[in-house]
Amino acid sequence: MAKLILSMDGLVLKEIPLVKERTTIGRKPHNDIQIDNLAVSGEHAVIVTIMNDSFLEDLGSTNGTMVNGGTIKKHFLQSNDVIELGKYKLKYIAEAAHPVGASAADFEKTMVLRPSAIKAATEQARATASPTSTVPSAEGSLPQRRSEMAEATRAAAAQQVASAAVSAGTASRPELAPAPAVAQAPKPTQPLGAIQILSGGNAGKELELTKPLTTLGKPGTQVAVLTRRPHGYFITHVEGTQHPQVNGQSIGSTPHALKDHDVIEIAGVKMEFFLKG
Amino acid sequence: MDLSNALEIASSTDPGMVRSHNEDAVASDAAHGIAVLADGMGGYNAGEVASGMATTMIASELARALGRARPYEIDSKTDCPVAERLLREQVLSANASIYHAAQSQPQYAGMGTTLVTCLFYDNRVMVAHLGDSRLYRLRGEEFEQLTRDHSLLQEQIDSGLLTVEQAKTAQHKNLVTRALGIDLGIEPEIHEYPSKPGDIYLLCSDGLCDMVSDEDIGMALQALGTNLNLAAQQLVQMANDNGGRDNVSVILVRVLREYPAARGVMARFFAWLK
Repeated sequence: MAKLILSMDGLVLKEIPLVKERTTIGRKPHNDIQIDNLAVSGEHAVIVTIMNDSFLEDLGSTNGTMVNGGTIKKHFLQSNDVIELGKYKLKYIAEAAHPVGASAADFEKTMVLRPSAIKAATEQARATASPTSTVPSAEGSLPQRRSEMAEATRAAAAQQVASAAVSAGTASRPELAPAPAVAQAPKPTQPLGAIQILSGGNAGKELELTKPLTTLGKPGTQVAVLTRRPHGYFITHVEGTQHPQVNGQSIGSTPHALKDHDVIEIAGVKMEFFLKG
Repeated sequence: MDLSNALEIASSTDPGMVRSHNEDAVASDAAHGIAVLADGMGGYNAGEVASGMATTMIASELARALGRARPYEIDSKTDCPVAERLLREQVLSANASIYHAAQSQPQYAGMGTTLVTCLFYDNRVMVAHLGDSRLYRLRGEEFEQLTRDHSLLQEQIDSGLLTVEQAKTAQHKNLVTRALGIDLGIEPEIHEYPSKPGDIYLLCSDGLCDMVSDEDIGMALQALGTNLNLAAQQLVQMANDNGGRDNVSVILVRVLREYPAARGVMARFFAWLK
């Protein structure tokens, strides 16, 4: 749940969860957040919270409402926005990206954006994007014609779609969380392996096994692959009637874990596997 | 026409390292030149139901439809090969079945699935897809993605809101804009490519391409293409070694030789003898 942190001169006074749809701020006692200071108007501002989004609106206060240093009439609150009322500051903290009890994996499940959900979300986005508000840039570019459900609209709708999709009854999760950086393979932590050729024309040559997989042998005759995995190097037979040998033993067709100083024989060539540094 | 000596097919599917269920499903039929891969979504086991229905229905019904038809002929109504009509019909009928199951059974409400399906015929491959399951092709040294995801991310990339680099760390990778079984009015994207002997086609779910870079996938196919089963296992293993956050499924299809359609009466007779 989103919350506000009230502070003055850097001193935190209290935390206020945004539980109500309308949270009023002002000097008079009937306000949800009462700030007893003459610089604050009787009914100063209101925060409207719809699902996971909150909007701040100035209620025609005498001294105005500032967000992040700029005076606003209406504002779509984003996490860490600082609202200033006189000497008081209210910091807006959006709902945590990972609500308690939900694992990160749940958020990555594939889900579908239905046209109806997109439409609902777009309308929601349009309804909230009033001309004076400082909405995120993507939302500012809403195309006017609904029939042209342009990509920009969908992109704009993205933030709202998750919640709208739920109400539209699709198989989806209410909140989006950052997905892990993709294709960023966690770097294997094991030491770098290498092979040194012991026999044949290339004897003495050394080959570092930096790639996830390295093939060895003669295509069409006998090929084996050395794979680099998080827990070590493995050798696997790929093609050919002969299977590779490790320390004089045939490995068959299943992957075989390599140990430091193992001697491999592929297509009549002997080589030594070793770990560097 | 039996394509089992022109195509070699290997597949592998794995729940990954994090998920307990495997919501992916694969089906293939080398004799009819069919490969189908689906990545289901929906609560409890509904995702598995949707992807399972999609793969079994499309693989079996398409094979049956092909038995009677000549896929290479140009359909007079649509000006497209008959294969395209058959493929579209089967995708739409699977869509209707999943949709009606989801409507009639509360536990399946909202289920759906992505789909990528290939039909090999007459030295060509026709691909239909919905969502973010992909088809790649390795031809010689060149490894490229043939399908374009129906996903929010891809649309943002296309409209210039995100660069490919930004997309790699974007938040909503998992939002697809088209899927099977969600709506009756779906439109699969269908394309056709000429195939060549030696080509290797890779159908995969996002569990592979989200975890392993295209470069590494291409390298694995190039290195292990001669042993298709090993290559399929290797791809799944690479995804799992990198974290395996999602179900991982791959189908590999290698074109061994040319497979022109037997057009004349004599040709069909010889094809039947083979």
